[in-house]
Amino acid sequence: MAEKVIICKDLTKQFGDFYAVNQISFEVAKGEIFGFLGANGAGKTTAMRILCGLSYPTSGEAIVAGFDVYRQQEDIKRHIGYMSQKFSLYENLTVLENIEFFGGVYGVSRKEIKERSDLLVKDLGLEREAKKLVSDLPLGWKQKLAFSTAIFHRPKIVFLDEPTGGVDPLTRRQFWDMIYEAASSGITVFVTTHYMDEAEYCDRVSVMVDGRVEALDTPNKLKETYGADDMDGVFYRLAMGAKRTGD
Amino acid sequence: MKVLRFILQKEFRQIFRDKTILAMMLVMPTMQLIVLPLAMNFEVKHVQLAVVDHDHSSYSQQLISKIGASGFFRIVSMEDSFLGALFYLEKERADLVLEIPLGFERNLVREGHEKVAISVDAVNAAKAGIGGNYLNTVIADFNANLEINQKAIIAASSPQDQIDITYANWFNPRAEYRYNVVPAVLVLLLTLIGGFMTALNIVREKEVGTIEQINVTPIQKWQFILGKLIPFWIIGMVVFTLGLLISWLVYGIVAQGSLLLLYSFAAVYMVAVLGFGLLVSTYSENQVQAMFIAFFFMMIFILMSGFFTSTDSMPPWSKVISNLTPVTHFIRVDRMIILKGSGFDDVKYEFLYLICFAIVLNGWAIWNYRKTN
Repeated sequence: MAEKVIICKDLTKQFGDFYAVNQISFEVAKGEIFGFLGANGAGKTTAMRILCGLSYPTSGEAIVAGFDVYRQQEDIKRHIGYMSQKFSLYENLTVLENIEFFGGVYGVSRKEIKERSDLLVKDLGLEREAKKLVSDLPLGWKQKLAFSTAIFHRPKIVFLDEPTGGVDPLTRRQFWDMIYEAASSGITVFVTTHYMDEAEYCDRVSVMVDGRVEALDTPNKLKETYGADDMDGVFYRLAMGAKRTGD
Repeated sequence: MKVLRFILQKEFRQIFRDKTILAMMLVMPTMQLIVLPLAMNFEVKHVQLAVVDHDHSSYSQQLISKIGASGFFRIVSMEDSFLGALFYLEKERADLVLEIPLGFERNLVREGHEKVAISVDAVNAAKAGIGGNYLNTVIADFNANLEINQKAIIAASSPQDQIDITYANWFNPRAEYRYNVVPAVLVLLLTLIGGFMTALNIVREKEVGTIEQINVTPIQKWQFILGKLIPFWIIGMVVFTLGLLISWLVYGIVAQGSLLLLYSFAAVYMVAVLGFGLLVSTYSENQVQAMFIAFFFMMIFILMSGFFTSTDSMPPWSKVISNLTPVTHFIRVDRMIILKGSGFDDVKYEFLYLICFAIVLNGWAIWNYRKTN
């Protein structure tokens, strides 16, 4: 496989005697679309937060974009993009102002911001909305804009935490087109989702159950291994064994 | 520095976009500065007085009319019995009852002394205390001007051995409360804007979730914090200027001391209260928590700051608390510079105090703000 951009070994996060993330190990290659599945409360978000430098692991190792998650979080942050479950653009700023701000704090020059945001707005078909407040956009557009903002500074890796929650099927499809485009430009995509059809779009998929990675392979191999027709069946079979419920 | 400029641009855009908050920040202080000093008048006028005159003599009439003419009292009723007057006290229609005993004039003339009884409704402590004092003063004055006393003094041809005290109110010659209250209200306004606005602003980002997005960017702590402090610092200084203008236009209060000194203090003070707001925000998860914490401390700040009571007359332990309150120092200095024209030498320790507050509060807040948990 190509260059590894995420290397995780026995990564653990413990809250008291609760293991939110329990000794997970995996590697993600450059340009890969890596699906991170799991029931609510399985520990996906916690694991992702560690990889983004938002949370300290309790034990284990992880290298993201070549930097250590214990000591070099700020270096990691320079090289990744992040789009969280919660909508994370400023509602009371316009589309362009949001792009300008997030581009600016990643060190993109004003000139570059101008050029790239004009292009981006055109690509998204948001020319007419460019000067509107983000709060006035429909959810699907907001999510597409949030994704574009997350990769605006051309990071090595983009982390997407349930990016398509609550979005209509058509927009989801368009969203995945954007993900493919980003991946083909060399950006590694690390994505969590609850939609099993989306899991099929991933190059490789890992399924977390009770803080552990129970399965990790390409969607086709997983279906073979678990004798399921689709990813839904795979997920169902794995998640059945979970002791934790809900979040 | 470039990154900081992007952050500042974003903060200013958001502040100016929220017209309600902006108006609140500018109009509210103006209104408060105009209304509060008028309402916060500690002077007691219109003390309601019920009089029970058992004597109905010319002396008792003289006393009553003298009290009525003093301007501080309003005689609400003349009762025949103490019980009748007490009824007024109970119904809160009178603050004081003055009872003049039967034989008031006779005893004054024959025996040279007589007692009157003053009953005070002490529920409203300030009014009762001050009203009672006024009444005492009026009676003492009446006493001194009594014909028999005057004669006695002349007869003895040497004045009675008594010390007469004359007051002079320095730096506020007419002892007008607005001179005292206006500079203090100005300080409170800065405190509110600095403390509440920053705390709520940052906690709002926590609530909405955008802080997570900030924490995952390479924005450094100091950049984020300066990005939050600078806009509110500027707004604070604008409000301060506005406040000084209103003090001058509405109350005719002009700083006796150096404006530069006053502004230097305001500048450092703003940094200190902004640090306080920041600190509150790092300890609270949502706006309700932030409000409660900030409000709790604001109450202490205001009550302990010497706004209402003199810090000099506090017991030692509360003096310590008072000194640990940034508001105390700025109110003191503000009054000193505006009313008295104090120079830097007079207030240098206060300056030191404020610098310490600024460093400690901001340092603590920065230490407690974590980008990675």
